[in-house]
Amino acid sequence: MSVTLTIDGTEVTVPEGTLLVDAAKRRGTDVPVFCYHPKMKPVGMCRVCLVEIGRPARDRATGESLLDESGDPLIQFGPNLETACTITVGQGWQVRVSSEKAIQGRKEIVEYLLTSHPLDCPICDKGGECPLQDLTMGHGSGESRFLFDDKIRLAKRYPLGELIFLDRERCIQCARCTRFQDEIVGDPVIGFYERGRRLEIVTYSDPGFDSYFSGNTTDICPVGALTTADFRFGARPWELNSAASICPHCPVGCNLTLSTRREASNAGRDVVKRVMPRQNEQVNEIWICDKGRFVHHYARSPERLTSPRVRKNGKLVKASWNEALTRAAEGLKGAASSAVGIASGRLMNEDLFNLKELMAALGGRAILVDSMAGGNLIQRYGVGVGSNLGSLGKRDAVLVIAADLHEEAPIWWLRLKQAAERGTTLIVANARATRLDDYAKHRVRYGPGEAVQAALGLLHLNGGDPELARFEGDRALKSAARAIKRARNVTIFFGQEGLNYAGTEALARACALITESKGRVGKSNNGLVAVWPRANTQGAWDMGLRPEPAGLHRALAGAVAAYIVAADPVGDDPAAAAPFEKLSTLIVQDLFLTATAELADVVLPAQAFVERAGTFTSGERRVQRLYPAVGALAGSLPDWKIVANLAHRLEVDLEDKAAPLVFERIAAAVPDYLGLSYDDLAAVEPQWPEVGGADLYFGGTAYANKQGLGVQLAPRGAGRPLKWKAPPRASAGKDLLLTPVTVLYDRGSALRHSRLLEGRIAPLQLILHPDEIERLGLSEAGEVEISWDGRSERLKFAASTDVPPGSALVPRGAGLALSDPTPVTVRRSNS
Amino acid sequence: MNPLELLRGLATTLSMMFERPVTYQYPEIKRPVRERFKGRHELKRYDNGLEKCIGCSLCAAACPADAIFVESAENTDEERYSPGERYASTYEINMLRCIFCGYCEDACPTEAIVLEHNYELSFTNRRDAIYTRDMLLVPAPEHGRPTPMVTAPREFDRSIPEMADPQ
Ligand code: SF4
Ligand code: SF4
Ligand code: SF4
Ligand code: SF4
Ligand code: FES
Repeated sequence: MSVTLTIDGTEVTVPEGTLLVDAAKRRGTDVPVFCYHPKMKPVGMCRVCLVEIGRPARDRATGESLLDESGDPLIQFGPNLETACTITVGQGWQVRVSSEKAIQGRKEIVEYLLTSHPLDCPICDKGGECPLQDLTMGHGSGESRFLFDDKIRLAKRYPLGELIFLDRERCIQCARCTRFQDEIVGDPVIGFYERGRRLEIVTYSDPGFDSYFSGNTTDICPVGALTTADFRFGARPWELNSAASICPHCPVGCNLTLSTRREASNAGRDVVKRVMPRQNEQVNEIWICDKGRFVHHYARSPERLTSPRVRKNGKLVKASWNEALTRAAEGLKGAASSAVGIASGRLMNEDLFNLKELMAALGGRAILVDSMAGGNLIQRYGVGVGSNLGSLGKRDAVLVIAADLHEEAPIWWLRLKQAAERGTTLIVANARATRLDDYAKHRVRYGPGEAVQAALGLLHLNGGDPELARFEGDRALKSAARAIKRARNVTIFFGQEGLNYAGTEALARACALITESKGRVGKSNNGLVAVWPRANTQGAWDMGLRPEPAGLHRALAGAVAAYIVAADPVGDDPAAAAPFEKLSTLIVQDLFLTATAELADVVLPAQAFVERAGTFTSGERRVQRLYPAVGALAGSLPDWKIVANLAHRLEVDLEDKAAPLVFERIAAAVPDYLGLSYDDLAAVEPQWPEVGGADLYFGGTAYANKQGLGVQLAPRGAGRPLKWKAPPRASAGKDLLLTPVTVLYDRGSALRHSRLLEGRIAPLQLILHPDEIERLGLSEAGEVEISWDGRSERLKFAASTDVPPGSALVPRGAGLALSDPTPVTVRRSNS
Repeated sequence: MNPLELLRGLATTLSMMFERPVTYQYPEIKRPVRERFKGRHELKRYDNGLEKCIGCSLCAAACPADAIFVESAENTDEERYSPGERYASTYEINMLRCIFCGYCEDACPTEAIVLEHNYELSFTNRRDAIYTRDMLLVPAPEHGRPTPMVTAPREFDRSIPEMADPQ
């Protein structure tokens, strides 16, 4: 049903239920807003969107429309101005946005909003991109009738946490920030306190403003009341240049804009001053998480490698590129097919492609360190082109299994939460409670490490193999299975929590078969999404790298030389150093002198993502482009170029000139990427809501996407029939199954070298169920000793009722060298 | 040509030899400039010694020659440079670029940057033409303290001086 109305004399037809502001906006008329935000429900708090509304008059007795002398419907204008953001359009209305009365009304509201505003635009971080400034220029009056002496004085610098600062005087009480936290994030950690002119924003959490999405409030705040610790007094917005990028921290692939400016501390060269969201309604809308926003300082760390190093007389010493590459080439040449290349999904497609080609030419293997299976299944059963979590509705279902999206892929979590609130059936299957449970219609709990059993149960109940009957499962599983059966579209997110490599392989297969059982493989919003440990793990699979199922030590057995790029296996597990020490040549390419690099014969300095052009392939298999934002650190080179330079010395022809040329080769060689080009990835189309236009208010300070929405790859379809795999046995016996769980703020090299989030890095501790603590006879505070495989470790512990019985949790990457779930014996530590 | 005219001209020359000369023997003698002369900039201070500049970069934005570069940082009560929260941690003017238009002075919300009367700017090297914060800042006044200074909490929490109601 659509409604036709007249706005400032022009007719416009919009769907029924459209808000008047949005209708006007679609027609190209700006109704100014402060509190309204197209991503949130209207509240009508600021009253700046005043318009005159005329409605067709009706005869009270008959209900007939009244006509004027000329036979047109008689339009009656009410005595008062009305707020366009709270009113939905009506048939035949006549709306006046630019009438004298409406303009006057808005002028008075702006004048009123400014009565206690400090007007310290010169030192305000928002100054220059501030909706209040813009609207005052456009709709305010030049003079105020209020007295300066009546201004209220409030705190100018109030830290809501260590990341977000509040200026209480600047706040215009629009409640966008509190509504964002409440409605969109579901973390109501900030709120209003007091009333009237004394109203203030306060935080209820400890640590303050404890939310993974807090930075977004500074974007949507229509004034400079909320500022980030990162950009506080960092630069004036008009001085910034911007470059498009992609977040390198998780498989969501949020679109970013890096704002840069030259800085004295960097000898007048550009530095990244802030990271902002760039609109991509299919990926991250206009949001990013705090990790993506605040963890970029590592790229400027003084510990970055600035020159190659080679080992001479047992010591790593600085060397020229020529010397280092020659030495590395000799090592690889000597090893030939006994060389292994090892890389992680931290690399871009161009790097991975070159590495894979080099290893293929040598006859060696290219190994992916991210130990999770399923990349090849995603190529066949991945989500179809056009899949968009933002378009999920009542008839769709989403299954999230063995993953904690809030920690592993925050923006997926956010968008699934909102999908669930729109009526999408959300099924969360995990061994423990996760934050997505609150929004799930079906919660499936399985025993520690039994994700595959649960998935096979779902498969069986959806018409799988009769042999699967033993996995039938409980009531919750059955109703979840029914929901999957009923739903039109089913998207499945699978992770690796509680599983080893074989487990993830079995889980990926079971999930692929569930997708197949629906018969809609390749359709949009149907298919698999892997919750990969890294941003470009999918790209690594696509480029042809594969994990070694039996672990790295197996891959290294018999190897003579290893070329390790963007991975630190020794840092992850110091006990894994032995096979690396045995190699005759170890080449490590990274940003930092990692623990693995310290063992190396040749160390090659690579560039950080802010300095790079390249592409990432997201978990939803969208290939997206990164553009260089700042000049490269002197002495470093992009990974693909280092690999190509090395290849030349081995007489292997690889592209060494420019990233787009490497991508051309990818587009000629890699099946799903055939024919793609950087230009395709840079294509854009109009998005709603419009952000970053002349009217800054809609999306706040999020950037419009002018540099590319990326291209989602089409899955190849089912093809060869797939067989389910029996779950690997995981029995802890008397022991506890120690399960590493991914946390957003881990001790990875990115976070360790960034100062802002330091205080929020998850501490290394064993998380035990209170009953377990009691059973083990542990005292309140203290340490435990855990032992497995002849190793032991002393750890602090904490209690949580979310820990499933028979297991214990430990944050992944917090310092315990354990990546697979492992049975451990826990003992009181006798110190 | 009339020889009389020639003589008259010579007489003028002769008479001028007894007038007071209008030329100044620069650099021994310096001619005073007008009050509103626009010479080299100075960054001013308040009477208590605090810097007026709040690092807002508006001067840099106004400058048609892109001669000014400002970076700012946050004041604390232990280390205060200017009133309010923000001060200029870097302030540079490239005098080779400056056209002495005075727009920076117009743009400044705190009257911190003022084009003063010094016009003796010559350089033998491009780098010397860049005047830094320390070169531009005037010394602390007699009863003021130098910056950074330690101040009482909430004593100077506003960047823009309080204004009275317009009469
Ligand atoms: S802090 Fe900003 S977003 Fe929050 S209520 Fe105040 S003005 Fe609105
Ligand atoms: S959700 Fe993932 S991709 Fe997006 S900003 Fe956060 S870490 Fe980066
Ligand atoms: S006087 Fe004019 S040209 Fe010189 S610094 Fe100021 S604004 Fe720039
Ligand atoms: S001199 Fe004035 S305009 Fe320039 S940064 Fe300082 S306060 Fe701002
Ligand atoms: S009342 Fe409509 S935008 Fe605030």
